[in-house]
Amino acid sequence: MIWLSPAESEALRLSLSVAARSVALSLPLAILLAWLLTRRRFVGRTLLDAFVHLPLVLPPVVVGYLLLLLFGTRGPIGSWLERAFGVQLIFTRNGAALATAVMSFPLMVRAMRISLETVDRGLEDAARTLGAGAVDRFATITLPLMLPGILAGAITAFSAALGEFGAVITFVSNIPGETRTLPLALYTALQTPGGDIAAARLAFVSFVLGLGGLLLSEWFARRVRRLLGH
Amino acid sequence: MLRVAVKKQRGSFLLDACFELPTPGVAALFGRSGCGKSTLVHVIAGLLSADQSKVMLDDRALEDTARGLYVPPERRRIGYVFQDARLFPHMSVAANLKYGEKRAAGRRYVDIDTVADLLALGTLMGRRTHQLSGGEKQRVAIGRALLSQPNLLLLDEPLASLDAARRDEVLPYLELLRDQLAIPMVYVSHNFDEVLRLATDVVLMEAGKVTAQGRLTEMSLNKDLRSIIGPEAVGAIVDGTVLGIDASGLTRLKVGHGELKVQAVAAAVGTNLRVQLLARDLIVATQPPQHLSVRNILGGVIIAVSGDDADSDLVAIDIGGVQIMARVTKAATRELDLKAGLPAWALVKSVSLRGHSFAVPAAASTERTAT
Repeated sequence: MIWLSPAESEALRLSLSVAARSVALSLPLAILLAWLLTRRRFVGRTLLDAFVHLPLVLPPVVVGYLLLLLFGTRGPIGSWLERAFGVQLIFTRNGAALATAVMSFPLMVRAMRISLETVDRGLEDAARTLGAGAVDRFATITLPLMLPGILAGAITAFSAALGEFGAVITFVSNIPGETRTLPLALYTALQTPGGDIAAARLAFVSFVLGLGGLLLSEWFARRVRRLLGH
Repeated sequence: MLRVAVKKQRGSFLLDACFELPTPGVAALFGRSGCGKSTLVHVIAGLLSADQSKVMLDDRALEDTARGLYVPPERRRIGYVFQDARLFPHMSVAANLKYGEKRAAGRRYVDIDTVADLLALGTLMGRRTHQLSGGEKQRVAIGRALLSQPNLLLLDEPLASLDAARRDEVLPYLELLRDQLAIPMVYVSHNFDEVLRLATDVVLMEAGKVTAQGRLTEMSLNKDLRSIIGPEAVGAIVDGTVLGIDASGLTRLKVGHGELKVQAVAAAVGTNLRVQLLARDLIVATQPPQHLSVRNILGGVIIAVSGDDADSDLVAIDIGGVQIMARVTKAATRELDLKAGLPAWALVKSVSLRGHSFAVPAAASTERTAT
């Protein structure tokens, strides 16, 4: 990109890459949880529901701190990941993806639940009488019909991931080329004397990205609705 | 043979029903709205559990709470046509039809071409489901259920959400299925006209209980049935054999030891037609009538005279193994001295009679009596 400086385009590319990883990581789990919370009645459901929504109400710094405790090099999960797979999350873009995934997870689940609630269970019954077992029904009826919610959830989560600041900086710090995404670069620019212009440019990039995302999601939603025959 | 026994408490409503349907045949579950018909077919399909239930299709037990047996709906091989069609909105008509076919287990007896022919679906194949009319949707839903190669087809008020014109458009297709595929069906309805045209057997339901069941022709004069359908629709339903077409284009039908002339669409000699003789359309004479325009005069013997309401009586007449019923005023009963054992002649205008094609399944016309 010609009109962006190398550092700016790096931050942009990093943001997109982190957001994409974050969505890829949370999508399957979010679908599963949306389904569990909407369709199943089990002990601890309310607790699980509250737990999923926690990142919405906790300060992002707290989430980042908890991630540090769990996924840091000495944390129970972090040390195991390192020993078993040689994977390090702290100070890496994968770590940034994890932090944004946790933060945007409730938004994703929420969008999917709303969509799943509108899926007519009668259609699943119909599929049942036509010989479709549980997994088959989910894959051929439920999943395609909740596609608008999955798309909406993914796009919302992607946008939120582009802008996540607190949890990211707390968990993986602010390392140029590795974890310095757009908002972190913007913050850095603001902290640098004479960085006003750079900050304004980064803010503009974020603005274009956000608007583009919204328009794209609207276009997608319309196509899917037509596909589903609404 | 389909055998069903279900007990289910739902709040203060108790469904306690059992019935049997000889196969092949079409059993109409008939009763007022809210009498438990839909709940009953949901249990048969396995979509709803009951406190106590036993469902047997031929020799196969599908559900038996006493033995802890429950075959899930996806393995019952029971097709279900819902009132609201429930086509999959994200698939084309063709994909909807193939959904069940791909998952069908066991013997295949219909393919997609046959079904498309029977239900005239050829031109609809490429369409999306929201582009279909109500009647077309129901035809596709019926086709989809058939292609899953079911051993039993449940139809849960499939025409109830259609207006009269759409209903008349779909009914002939259902008659065709009954006559050509010999697949057992349970047809839930609160519309007696549909029952009259489709059912071989009728199971009467009232407030969660089965009050009577039997072959429709034998049940047509049943007291409980009469109370549900109302005085205007009361009348004997008789099956007759086509003898030929007379000079004026009316179809000649052998009923009992008499002959009826009815309006019918192209029925071949020797085939069966079903006719309802409404009690309000029949005139009773105690001597062979002469010099009348009426084309149908059925001679027989009065079996019983019973009070209907304050002003009228119902006169049951045997016309050779077949019973018909006429409504007469109490004054007429007195003047003609109508009573059991007396010879009588029933008169009915041909224009009041419409014959419906009805190929009674081979096993049907002989055994079984009303219970």
